[in-house]
Order: sequence, then C-alpha cells, then structure tokens
Amino acid sequence: MNAGHNLGPVDQIPFGEGRAFGVAGEQVAVFRLRDGSLRALSAVCPHKGGPIADGTIDQELVLCPLHQHAFRLDTGCSTTGAEPLGSYDVQMDNHQNIILRIAAR
Amino acid sequence: MTTVADENKRKTQPKTQAITRPKTQPRHQARQAKPAARRRLVVIGNGMAGARAVEEILARGGAEQFSITMFGDEPYGNYNRIMLSHVLSGEESDADIFLNSLHWYQDNNITLHAGVRVERIDRFTKYVFANNGHVVPYDVLIIATGSQSFIPPMDGLYTPSGSIKPGVFTFRTIDDTRNMVQHAQQDRPPEGERSAVVIGGGLLGLEAARGLQSHGIDVDVVHSGGHLMNAQMGPDGGAILRRSVEALGIRVHTGSRTTAVLGADKVTGVRLRDRPDIDCDMVVVAAGIRPNVDVAVLSGLHVERAIVVDDQLRVVDEDDIYAVGECVQHRGEVYGLVAPLWEQAVVLANHVTGADSTSAYLGSRIATKLKVAGVEVASMGLQGPERETDEHILFSEPSRGVFKSIVIRDNKMVGATLLGDSRKVAYLTQAFDKGLPLPEERISLMFDLGGPAEEQGVAELDDDAQVCNCNGVSKKSLVDVVKGGCNTVAGAMDATRAGKGCGSCKLLVKQVVEWAADGAVEEDPAASYYVPGIPLDKPSLMAAIRKQGLRSVSSVFAALAPGSAEDAKSKMGLASLMKMMLADQYIDERDARFINDRVHANIQRDGTFSVVPQMKGGVTSVQQLRRIADVAEKHNIPLIKLTGGQRIDLLGVPKEDLPQVWADLDMPSGYAYGKSFRTVKTCVGKDFCRYGTGDSTKLGIEIESRFQGIEAPAKLKLAVSGCPRNCAESLVKDVGVVAVEGGRWELYVGGAAGAHIRKGDLLATVDDPEEVKVLTGRFMQYYRENANWLERTYAFVPRVGIDRIRAVVVDDTEGIAADLDAAMQASVDSYVDPWTERDGPLTPGQFRTSLPLTALPQVPVR
Repeated sequence: MNAGHNLGPVDQIPFGEGRAFGVAGEQVAVFRLRDGSLRALSAVCPHKGGPIADGTIDQELVLCPLHQHAFRLDTGCSTTGAEPLGSYDVQMDNHQNIILRIAAR
Repeated sequence: MTTVADENKRKTQPKTQAITRPKTQPRHQARQAKPAARRRLVVIGNGMAGARAVEEILARGGAEQFSITMFGDEPYGNYNRIMLSHVLSGEESDADIFLNSLHWYQDNNITLHAGVRVERIDRFTKYVFANNGHVVPYDVLIIATGSQSFIPPMDGLYTPSGSIKPGVFTFRTIDDTRNMVQHAQQDRPPEGERSAVVIGGGLLGLEAARGLQSHGIDVDVVHSGGHLMNAQMGPDGGAILRRSVEALGIRVHTGSRTTAVLGADKVTGVRLRDRPDIDCDMVVVAAGIRPNVDVAVLSGLHVERAIVVDDQLRVVDEDDIYAVGECVQHRGEVYGLVAPLWEQAVVLANHVTGADSTSAYLGSRIATKLKVAGVEVASMGLQGPERETDEHILFSEPSRGVFKSIVIRDNKMVGATLLGDSRKVAYLTQAFDKGLPLPEERISLMFDLGGPAEEQGVAELDDDAQVCNCNGVSKKSLVDVVKGGCNTVAGAMDATRAGKGCGSCKLLVKQVVEWAADGAVEEDPAASYYVPGIPLDKPSLMAAIRKQGLRSVSSVFAALAPGSAEDAKSKMGLASLMKMMLADQYIDERDARFINDRVHANIQRDGTFSVVPQMKGGVTSVQQLRRIADVAEKHNIPLIKLTGGQRIDLLGVPKEDLPQVWADLDMPSGYAYGKSFRTVKTCVGKDFCRYGTGDSTKLGIEIESRFQGIEAPAKLKLAVSGCPRNCAESLVKDVGVVAVEGGRWELYVGGAAGAHIRKGDLLATVDDPEEVKVLTGRFMQYYRENANWLERTYAFVPRVGIDRIRAVVVDDTEGIAADLDAAMQASVDSYVDPWTERDGPLTPGQFRTSLPLTALPQVPVR
C-alpha cells in the first residue's frame, strides 16, 4: 500500500458536504459525513458529467445535483441504475489531514 | 389419510369426466391436513363466479377446512368469459383465456366434475344429484350457476326435429364461440358475401357484430330497444354510438323485433316486425342473459328474478347454502357484470371460512369501461337526471363520435356516460365510487383544462410511450420493474427515476404502476410522508417538531427518523419546512441544503451557475442595465438571457466567480434557483398603458419587496396585470392579480402555464391594493403550512378546494387568519439577502469549484 496523498486539513470540508480535489490527474470528491468519517468517490457523474462533490449526502448515499442519480458512498455503486463511480480509500491521519490512496480498491 | 372423497366410491357410472385428485398428496399438504375436521364443500358452477369463490376460500385457508368438489356444466376448466369476443374476432386464441387450467384443480386437491350438471339439491339430507348419476353429500354448498343466453320468442328457430336451426348461434360459452368461428371460416358459400344478423344491440351484440366483421362477414344488428346499449346509456349517447358503429360498416336497425328466422333446413334470413326481411346465412342471438335458477327452483330455494341471498351471500332461509354471481338476486339487484362478482366472492369466502364473520356485501356500484366494437364506452350509475334538482352536464360531438354525460346530485356524481373519449374515466370512476367532492367548474369533469390530473388510458399507452419526459422513462421500463417484483409506486419511481424530474408526471407514473401491478400494488405508506425519510405526514411532522422543540434538520433525523438515520432525499424538504416554521429560530445547517441554496444560484448542466439579480416587477433602470452589462463583459458571461419572469439571467458563471459577480452587480438575489417566492411579473400599468385601470407595476413591486425569497414547498411565481387584457398572464400564476374597472382587484390562485396548464381560481375581488397584499401573504402562508413537499399551487388548490381556501383565507372561518399573517410576517422579517454572503463564505470552500477538469458538455455560446 502506498503512503497516499495528503490533501490537507479535514476542516476544509464542512460536515455533511463534499469538496472536489485533483489528485494525480484524477478528479476526486471527498465527503465528510456528519459522524466525522470520510468517503471518496470519483468526482464526475457517469450519467451526464454532474459535479458529485456538490451532491447532497447522508450516511449511505450521495445524490448527484443534476439529475438526482444516487450512489453509495462506500462502493460508488448506483442505486438508481447509473454506471458506478470509482471509489477510493480515504483516511484521516494524526494531524487531521486527509490521506487519499489512489490505487483502486 | 383419506384422500379420495366419498363420492368416488358411490359413483355408479363407469364413464365419468370427473378429475380426481392424485392419490399421493404433496408432502406439505399431508403434514397440515386434518382429515377428521374437514367438512365437505360442494360448488355448483365452475364459471368465473364459482372458481373465484373457491380461490378466495383457498386464500383464507379453506384447503385445511374443506374437501372441495366442483361441478361445471362445461367440460373445461374455468375461463374468462369476458374475453370471448376477442376469441371471436381472432385477437386471442381460445387457449389464452383460461383462468384455471385442469392442473389448478389437481394442485389444490379439488375434485372437478367437468361437463356434469347438477339437477337437484336435497337441502334436508344435504346431497346434490348430478345428471350423470353422481350423488354427493355436502356440509356447505355454493351455487354459482351463472346465466344463459336469453332467446326471445320467434318463429323458425328450430328444425322440425326440434334441434336449433343450423346457422343460429347464441354467444355465451367457449363452445358457442368456437362454433361461430368454425361456421364463419369453413362453411363459406361459394357465391357472394357471407352475411349475419345479430339480434341484440347491447354490449354483447355489438361485440359479436364486430367479431363477425373481422371474419369478413357483412353484419346487420337488429335491436328491439330504441337505441343501442340502452342498459348503459340514454338515447343521446345511443345515437352517437350508432353513428360510430355504422361508420364501421355495421348496419343498425333499432326499435325493431325479429319475428322469424327464415329458411327450411338452414338459415336464409330473418323477418322483422315492421321492416323488409334481411337475407343472411347466420343468426347470432345476443338479446341478453337470464340467470340459471332451475336447480334452485327445483330444490325449493327462494327464487324471485334470481336466487335471493342476504348480505352474507347466504340463500334466504338456508344455513349452509350460499350463492354467488349472476344467478344471485341481492337487495333486488341482479348483476350481469364481473365486478360485483369479485366483491361477492370475497364476502362469501369470509363467511364460509369464518375468516371474517362481520363481512357484508351491500351491493355494487356498477361502473363499466369497455371497448365495444372498437368504440370506447364507459358508463356508471344513472343514465340521465331523475329529479328536478339533478344537474346534467352534457357534451356531444357526433362527428368525432364523442359523447359525455354526467349527472350530479347534491354535489356528488351519481351517473356518467362517456363515449369515444375515455380519458377522464379513471377520475370519474373514483369520484363516483367514493363520492368525492366535485370541482366547481363542472366542465373540468369532462376535459382536462390543465392541472396535474392528466388522465390517460394507461392500458392504451404504447409500451415505448414516454411516461416521464424528464428522465426518459417509458411505460415498458416501469412495467418491467413492477413485473420484477417492485410493486410500490415509490419503489418503481426510485428504480427508474420516473417522476423525479419536474414531477409533473407523477400521477401518470402512479397509474402505470397500478395498472402494471393489476390491482396488487402495495399500499405505499410513504406516499403520505412529507419527506421520504421521516414516516410522518406534514401535520404530524410539524406537530412533532414543535412538541420536541427541534430546530435543525439533523435534530429532526435524530429524533424522528427510523434508526435516527439521515436521508439525503429528505434534507432539502426538511430545511425548507423548518425555515418556514421557525424563521430566525431555525438552525441552518448548510449540508441540508441543495447545492442551489448553498451557493444561491441555479446549477446548470455543465456545473456552472446562473445568476439572476432581483428586478422587482420586471422594472429596471439605466444604472442597473449598465451595471449588468459591465458585469457580463468583465466576467465573459457566455449567455445573457431574458427570463419568463421579466429578469435578466447571466448564465455560465463558475461557482468560484459567484461572490465577485454579486459584488460587481451589487444587486439583491432574484431567487431564480429556490423552492421559494420567485418573482412578480407585471404589465405596464396605468401610467403608460392607455387601457390600464390599476397601477400594476407599483403593486407588483410592493408584493415582491414584501415576500422576496420566502421559502415554500415549491416555487411561487406571481403576476399583477393592470386590466383584464392580462398582459402579465395573471390567470396562470400561483398568485395572480388583475385590476378591473372601478378600482377593484381580482386575486387568482393555483394557476400554471408550465409543465401543466391551469387557469387559477378566483379567490377574492377586493377594493384595496393593501388588501391584495394581505390576502396574497395569507394564501401563501396557508399553502406553505399545508402543501406537500414540491406540490405546486396548481395541485394544492384543487386538492384542498378553492371554497375551503377562500373560507380560511378570506372569510377566516377557522379563525387562523391572524396566525397566518403573523407567521408570514415573521418570515418577512427574517429575510436576509443571501448574496451578502459574498463578503465572507459561510462554510469552508463554499464557492470552491466542484467542476471536473475533464471536458464536459458545454452550454453553447450564442
């Protein structure tokens, strides 16, 4: 397992929202759930290219803001019949930084 | 264990068509069966009524209680008699219409005597006697003997030997139908056209005529009534139906009787009472049906027009004999249609099995919708007005074959006939069955004048017809998920995203799902929830929020959601509701907002946003225009567009540029993105317009100033017009105001001209513009507190009813007007222009781009 990419402090993402990051040529939407845990998915909706980081989330799902396709935050699989989003391993380190690993799980 | 019923040991005749159940039973049956306790249930009649009754009994655990024996006159399993006309026309094969194959009887351990007629019942010793010598004991007996064709008296029906004359047919059974098809196809004479006379111009007669026509037969219909289908409709409708039927090439002779069938040994024609003979080589008698009551009469049961039963479907004066279907007379009514039979079978099964001893059959309201001879016909209740005070609404368009008649008594629909256009049938049937309150504008009972109730014959929709025009969901996709086991409306909507766009198709989606599930659609408790993630309707949800003092969306999930689980789909609706309820007491968690409400702009297909500054009443100035032009130039705005709400839209603004664009504009938000009060469109008004009677621009600006940005269950678009020419289109707005001569103002609510077209209902006419503002605010507050999430006023107003809304909002019959005004005032007072957030983002990265760097479909620059 590689050391991962440090995306900086976690508090750049408000609770319950997502932010987009460009990491090693990939577009990644990182979400900070209301319980404080992190999830990371590819940032572009496979349906019509919607910005996933702008989606509304709960503990399980993110809704794409353009046409409300829903994707599981843990796997990227769609519950509304869209193609899946890629998913990434994301953690917080001891300094409250976001650590993202690109190798596809 | 005993497996074969006693009667098989008694039988004396060597040749029998009885199908006995197999000696070895399925194992699960053997475990559960309690032979000693099982009573003997005998059913006389294996048609739709008898078989349905048995199905209902089995569904209530009847297999454990009873050993079941059925007698059927016809040597087949149970088939769908309604479909015989399709078999006649060749649209269906006779094999396709069977409801219960012979295997079904075996699988359910039912002893079926097919082709055996019961001739007598001994109700004292409890035996039935069959025409093949069978004598079968019963503990409980069900009579479901149905009907037979009525053959009116006429000469020449029979050959001298006493058999019915070749070429004469009745139309009741599968054998009748097969014989007709065979005659039509095989016995074709070498010379000339085949021709047939159908005696009877009712439902069955017209079906027969159309079916014969599809075999290339020339058809005359002779009907003794004054007009066609006189059991279902009045003379006006009958006349239109006649035109439609004649247009198909079927000749119709009404008010005439057939006195004789001509021909020595086969049919050559018919003789009419008062008209010339008609040549033909085939006669079909479809002159109605008569209940089969012979066995009941012979056995001493109570028979009037049919076998008389009580509300439990028990034959009068008999403890153990029930009757069901067309052979039954209940409270004076004898039914000849299938729907009452289903209802009767349920009640009967409840009593026979003891599943529900309180169950009662109180009669059926007959509503039929059919396609007769290619013409859509629906009829229910009364054919025409009967009392002086009955309202009769009538529409007749003979050239298109359309006829509609509706009878209303005490504001309830008591009868309707629809011909040639059945689009409103689903709604009318509901109104008739449930006695729904009716719209004041009666014409909307007959036609869609807009509004969400776009009734369409769902069954007639093509498979690839697009049901949801936003997400491109076809009827077939919906039907497929239902067939795949998803039989709730919400489930099917989730699985296909149908109805998840503008939402205007939701009713149609619901109808398709219900149709696809064929009545097996599960009650969807979530349908009444305000938001999907909290199992409460709006009043209960609001009460719980108040009672528990909840102030944020997350606290609502924690307190009220199952498992305290957040639900993304519910957040936006909850945020809007709580802001409305709590105004400045609301704890605003930004993650509960939709992206538009987080950044106060409307997201576009490429992830950029549109910016619409406030332009009250559509009135602008040199300074504003200059500033907008400067901003557009500075920020390279790709598209500048005038909106329908009389503002200027700057499209294609990246999220990260929003604060600077707002700062450069230095204008308040126009709210062109929220589920909220949007804009007030106005006309020029009396200052300039030579027709203007009221100062529409001034009032429009005042209304917009007062209510700017208030959130609502769905967007609110308003208008003020200065005269009845209505240049601001006030009649199709959520709230529309029209100045009329004499300094008065009309207030319309519930109009729409978007996904739906609906003319608003007149709420009130007032003298004072101040009063307009008060009523506007009070109506909007009533809407905010009572409408479902995303329910536009065009759906809300007809749902609640304009009378009730007027009573609350104008006449204050509930005494809540002051509360509504105060709540609205609180919302007005807590208004803050959201574009002031440009000075410092409220959350980290509020305006940070989420745009992917990969190429996206770009909005073309014009």
